[in-house]
Amino acid sequence: MSNVVSALNGVSRSGIAVVEETGLRGMVTVRGDLASKAMGKALKDVIGAGVPEVRQISSGDKGAVAWMSPDELLVICDHGAADEVVAALNAALAGAHVLVVNVSDARAVFKVSGQSARDVIAKVAPVDLAPEAFEVGMMRRTRFAQVPAAFWMNANESFEVICFRSVAQYVFDLLAVASAEGSEVGFFN
Amino acid sequence: MSTRLATGGRLLNKGKQLRFSFNGKQFTGFEGDTLASALLANDQLMMGRSFKYHRPRGPVASGAEEPNALVNLGKGGQFEPNQRATTTELFNGLTCESQNHWPSLEFDVGAVNNYMTRFFPAGFYYKTFMFPRAAWKHVFEPIVRQSAGLGKVPKDRDADSYEHFYAFVDVVIVGGGVAGLQAAKAAGLSGAKVLLMEQTAHWGGRSMVDGGEVDGQPVSDYVDALVAELEAMENVTLRNRMMGAGVYDHGYVLGYERTRDHTPNAKGPRHRLWRIRAKQIVTATGAIERPLSFAGNDIPGVMLASAIRDYVVDYGVSIGDRTVVVTNNDDAYRTAIAIKQAGLEVPVILDARAGGGGALADAARALGIRVENGKGIAKVKGGKRVTSVAICAQAGEGAVLEEIKCDAVAMSGGWSPVVHLWSHCGGKLTWDDAQAHFRPDPSRPPTSHDGEAFVLVAGSANGYLDLAQGVKDAHEAGKAAAKAAGFTATRKAAPKAAESPEAAMEPVWLMPQGAGPELRIKTWLDYQNDVKVSDVRLAAQEGYESVEHTKRYTTLGMASDQGKLSNINGLATLAGQLNAPIPAVGTTTFRPPYTPISMGSIAGEARGEVFQPLRRTPIHEWHEEQKAFFEPVGHWRRPYCYPRKGESHAEAVKREILQTRNSVGMLDASTLGKIIVKGPDAGKFLDMLYTNMMSNLKPGRCRYGLMCNENGFLMDDGVVARIDENTFLCHTTTGGAEHIHGWMEDWLQCEWWDWQVFTANVTEQYAQIAIVGPNARKVLEKLGGDMDISKEGLTFMGWKDGKIGDFDARAYRISFSGELSYEIAVPASQGRAFWDAILEAGEEFGIMPYGTEALHVMRAEKGFIMIGDETDGTVIPQDLNMQWAISKKKEDFLGKRAQTRPHMASPERWKLVGLETVDGSVIPDGAYAIASGENANGQRNTQGRVTSTYYSPTLDRGIAMGLVYHGPDRMGEVIEFNKVDGGTVEAKIVDPVFYDKDGEKQNV
Repeated sequence: MSNVVSALNGVSRSGIAVVEETGLRGMVTVRGDLASKAMGKALKDVIGAGVPEVRQISSGDKGAVAWMSPDELLVICDHGAADEVVAALNAALAGAHVLVVNVSDARAVFKVSGQSARDVIAKVAPVDLAPEAFEVGMMRRTRFAQVPAAFWMNANESFEVICFRSVAQYVFDLLAVASAEGSEVGFFN
Repeated sequence: MSTRLATGGRLLNKGKQLRFSFNGKQFTGFEGDTLASALLANDQLMMGRSFKYHRPRGPVASGAEEPNALVNLGKGGQFEPNQRATTTELFNGLTCESQNHWPSLEFDVGAVNNYMTRFFPAGFYYKTFMFPRAAWKHVFEPIVRQSAGLGKVPKDRDADSYEHFYAFVDVVIVGGGVAGLQAAKAAGLSGAKVLLMEQTAHWGGRSMVDGGEVDGQPVSDYVDALVAELEAMENVTLRNRMMGAGVYDHGYVLGYERTRDHTPNAKGPRHRLWRIRAKQIVTATGAIERPLSFAGNDIPGVMLASAIRDYVVDYGVSIGDRTVVVTNNDDAYRTAIAIKQAGLEVPVILDARAGGGGALADAARALGIRVENGKGIAKVKGGKRVTSVAICAQAGEGAVLEEIKCDAVAMSGGWSPVVHLWSHCGGKLTWDDAQAHFRPDPSRPPTSHDGEAFVLVAGSANGYLDLAQGVKDAHEAGKAAAKAAGFTATRKAAPKAAESPEAAMEPVWLMPQGAGPELRIKTWLDYQNDVKVSDVRLAAQEGYESVEHTKRYTTLGMASDQGKLSNINGLATLAGQLNAPIPAVGTTTFRPPYTPISMGSIAGEARGEVFQPLRRTPIHEWHEEQKAFFEPVGHWRRPYCYPRKGESHAEAVKREILQTRNSVGMLDASTLGKIIVKGPDAGKFLDMLYTNMMSNLKPGRCRYGLMCNENGFLMDDGVVARIDENTFLCHTTTGGAEHIHGWMEDWLQCEWWDWQVFTANVTEQYAQIAIVGPNARKVLEKLGGDMDISKEGLTFMGWKDGKIGDFDARAYRISFSGELSYEIAVPASQGRAFWDAILEAGEEFGIMPYGTEALHVMRAEKGFIMIGDETDGTVIPQDLNMQWAISKKKEDFLGKRAQTRPHMASPERWKLVGLETVDGSVIPDGAYAIASGENANGQRNTQGRVTSTYYSPTLDRGIAMGLVYHGPDRMGEVIEFNKVDGGTVEAKIVDPVFYDKDGEKQNV
């Protein structure tokens, strides 16, 4: 399908951090028994990653799996692969009581990078972003000011932020305000 | 004269001169000055007029406790009233004006109130209420309105930016004096993550001025070394210009950081509000000196002894050439010594204690200062500044023994620990008789969820006014905080410091102790609110025994300083009048913030574009390009209509409806809630949620359903599609999506946790577009694809997956307009392209988008109800004649039991009918159907109300729906509805389906 567009067409802004919309990302909500062997195997087979621990994100060769709640995971993959991932997980989990659904287009994804990226996130999310408290492999489902959001961190200390597509503009504007020039907090350095 | 001294001024950078203006006059100061010290250096002692009597006022203090020196600061978008000159750091180009004066600070008309003192006693405002009503309206209110208020209200939009910041630490220490620094070191050495905040720009607090020795070195050197040491510790953060504003439950602390107030043109946020979670909090907030209560103690030039000392030492400013010191304790002798050492005169020290002072008094005498024991001030003389004091015996009634010329008075009534932050979350106080103050009671601290203390107190805030004791106490507090936060306390001992014993202070609540009414009426307790000893006594006489009541009655301790100087003196006065011990009278409640914080800091980033989130569909941008007129629906903005050039909204709505009814229209329905419900028990679950049966719906089919809450009231409606044996997709109203999803999860998690059902809110996964009208099918067929959408291929209330054009689509053949209608859902990322494709395909049919108003009118023409119009939380499905949607086969559903309650089952309830105005006009929104007679309240009786009312372009007349008493039994009857202009409009009760009663148009 041509003419497939993300919410904000890859807009970006830089201040004390660089905020950019990363474009479409495949996302699949998986609800079921996270402790079951079938779940672990299905994710390993399809994504190459296991079931993450509470508030963690695990990655594999075909994507990542984030913990969302005691019975919910979020699989992150290529946008074009999401329907196949849904089909493959449904097939692998056939017979089990699960819900696997493509939610890729319900979301927007932003990257926040640069030296003050931690500062910027800590201005809008009630999360401990100290280097010793928030590390690669962690995932937080939280709020960004007035809307729900979730984020994790890449190895280079850049953050991936996901939110609902309808509030993409709000979240972008919010992150742009939070990364305004001269607003370094300097608490984490 | 107050002036700049040739020497001194430890905080000043005399190499950098700054220009500023006050009431339009140009002045200069130095970098490091506060606005107050710079004004004083320019002999501008008088900085404002008092609130009630408009008396001339100068600063009393040098810090956050200042009640008088408030200014309107800045201009335009940076204007802010009630800024304390004592805590405003001077910057180049600062402009400010004094407050509460008219026409000028020097000559003020309101000062006439001063001569009317007797007519403005305690409880003046309340007493005015007792007069005839007319007196308040015509006499008191105009006067009070004219003279009340301190600063001006800002008129311009705030030009600055603000932000929040979330921080998590083990130990927060509030106060960067020597105690706070020592506590930070002790906690930091124990390994805890420490955040130390100090409200001023400087470390060390009072010790830097007061001196003393710690670890064998001058305390100022000790502080410098300590700061350097703490700055080097990775687990310790020091932030100055940051006030601990409030302490809340579970270790939540608000830190108010004034990042740019001292450099207003620098980039970045002006204030940052820190929202901190701490395991332990140490309040090292210091102590505040109390004024003494003598006649004329509010005349400019009368200041706290510590403040006069601060101005000399910190800013190199003398308040006067001749300063009389009056005290009840040894500390004020430090001021006398500092003044003398600066080369100025102290004509006399009046020590109210008959026995006089200790070592410090000896030191003062050694400098040649005259000391009078057992003496006090009968009266301060002067107008806009002090000219002399009349001396009397403290034990007497104020007979003047001697008059001494002077231009400043340094007073000290003892010190009160700053207990505010300890008290915010429930820490209790104990009365310390020896020092005549309240201090934190360590046995009754604020406690957290586990019953354990989470606030500790250190140094002079804990009542340890002696440097050596304070440092030791702080060291222990820091260790204890770290231990309580889960660390092993450092074994390092507290630094050694020699105690410097002082003679005991003696409480003095009135000077002289026998002062009569003529003196008491000129003896101020609360400067900011003009409350005097006579007012508090009067309140007590009138029966105000509770300190909280006295506060409200007299305004003692109100407004922006919240009685930081006046509280203890005021309640001691009240206790004296009530013949009760001070601790029995108690204090008023300490509430956050410690000093006022800016509204901007509270709002944080939430202003302008990010004031509130606005939800946008994938097609929102197109709507904006068309200049659609939007209406808010929840946080969404939906097009109400798409007016063309020169077209009114009503004309646009009419055009959109006629086009849709006659050919084809399209609607962005993406905002509709879409929730997937899946699992072996999904059918059973939906049978409980909806009033009608859902479990027998066949895959590939849709059914309209109603949802009630447990009280039986109609809550939401929508079309449910069965996807497969285990999966349903429930459409909700636009505003109901999140709530209904939460409602489902609530029942699944809390009540029916053993049912095998999962839900997912996929509202935003899809762009959903309704193509509506007789030509709808033709438009879709033009797009092609692999889907059979013919009359037989996709029947009414059916759905199908497939391709429309090359879009991944799910088509629902459902109709909310009565026309042939398809709702097509495509992935949101394809939404805009699909919308464009339909526009293009529909061009030959004149396709145009319609907005929510056209949607509303068309559904009303069909008699379809709308959640929020026909329902308001008090309406049950039976009121809307929707018994057909209530299953009689089901054993139970949410709301079923409630709907059998007598009032719900009553035949007397108002019921839905259609309404046709006799003259064809439109009934006003919200109109009531009037009935004869009046109710018990003298209001006209009613027999119904309008729920939806529109002009119908299809029928070219006004149509409405409404709830009417026995409505369905009164078909054809004409009833009257009231109008906004007072008249009435007649309407005939009819069937609510106005258009295509047989539903033929949607079945083609």
